[in-house]
Amino acid sequence: MKYAFFLGCTIPARSRNYELSARKVAERVGIELVDADEFMCCGFPMKASDYKAAEVMGAYNLALAQEKKLNLCVLCSSCASQLTEVAHHLSHDGPERAQVNGELSRAGLKYDGGVQVIHFARVLLEAVGIETIREQFVRDLNDLKIAVHYGCHYLKPSEIYHGFDAVEDPKSIETLVALTGAKVIDYTGKKMCCGGPVLPVDENVALLVAKEKLEAVSDSGADAMCLVCPFCAVMYDGNQKSIESEFGVTYDLPVLYLTQVLGLAMGFDRKELGLNLNVVKTKKLGF
Amino acid sequence: MGQLKLDRADPNFRKQLANQPGGEKISACFMCRTCTASCPITAVNDKFNPLRIIRMALFGLKAEVLSGDFIWLCSSCYACQERCPQGVSITEFMTVLKNLAVKEGNIPTGIRAQRDIIKGEGRIYPLDDFDNKKRVKTGLPPIPTSCSAVKKLFPDE
Repeated sequence: MKYAFFLGCTIPARSRNYELSARKVAERVGIELVDADEFMCCGFPMKASDYKAAEVMGAYNLALAQEKKLNLCVLCSSCASQLTEVAHHLSHDGPERAQVNGELSRAGLKYDGGVQVIHFARVLLEAVGIETIREQFVRDLNDLKIAVHYGCHYLKPSEIYHGFDAVEDPKSIETLVALTGAKVIDYTGKKMCCGGPVLPVDENVALLVAKEKLEAVSDSGADAMCLVCPFCAVMYDGNQKSIESEFGVTYDLPVLYLTQVLGLAMGFDRKELGLNLNVVKTKKLGF
Repeated sequence: MGQLKLDRADPNFRKQLANQPGGEKISACFMCRTCTASCPITAVNDKFNPLRIIRMALFGLKAEVLSGDFIWLCSSCYACQERCPQGVSITEFMTVLKNLAVKEGNIPTGIRAQRDIIKGEGRIYPLDDFDNKKRVKTGLPPIPTSCSAVKKLFPDE
């Protein structure tokens, strides 16, 4: 299990807790992640303003993975969606790929199709497998009640993901969380968006969208929220205090990455999993 | 918005949109409002309403659609697209509208800033030596602080 490791922009700069915990979990379950200095932005934040440039950026990263003869393992759901979509568009040898390759030639690259883009959570489920993951667990998390947030681009658009999990009734992340012994809590609006992409356009609208879910998760009695995308974490963890002060509410709800939850069950300590870097304090969870 | 001023409508707008990837199927919309009912943005701010935008586009209200700030409120969450019974690629369609709006000069400051920094630096959050010190201190490998490839890909930016 060897992959080119695509970190994207947000994770190395703002979500080192995700990166730290993912690297720890990967090493423990035998996923080899190859770092590449040359990667650039996946193109996702460019899509709204310049769809074609976004596609060229995505293809550039795919071409680099192709040079290394590796598939891409991705931590960020927006990167996963963007890169999967570009790989989907360019999977056939046609005018679209020829045009993109014309642009890529300026950087001395060419994309021939065939690179797979796989979210880290999916690598865990499909390539590593539940049994191997469970074998690494040394700590039972059965005192913990966790509400899972899937986010949007981890699963959607479903046509590019070949139905890997059910968009209207997803199970994959809850399956992984439940392995740890933690109790998975259901709540209203589980499939709702975090609002993140609207943040650069209208902060108030973005925070209102995020607030809906923080409220529902708090009402559900969950001790923490669990997610797989740094954009979602920016909204629920990074902006939780802003939401509390803007709307006069209190949640104090820890927000954990899936890799932090799994890492805790594997016996890693707080610092190894970057729990000290989470914005909302996690100590009350007892770790 | 009040009464529709169809004398100012552009009958070619529908055709223009149908030629864009994502705009091909909007004419199939039968106004069931599943998109609007599924939209997390409409739920908190009714200034954004996907069905309304599709109908405006089909009526040819090009100027109103492309100069409005409402199209930019789409969060690209795909809730509408996944549920549309007519198979309209609504989220992709919103991307088409945003791209066309940019060509007409309608781009929010935050989106412009993102575009400029990515085309200039190759990353939305460029890292400096200080960031790398923090990375190395926590046991993470350093990341390049500049990206030469992006200047080759977008030489005119």
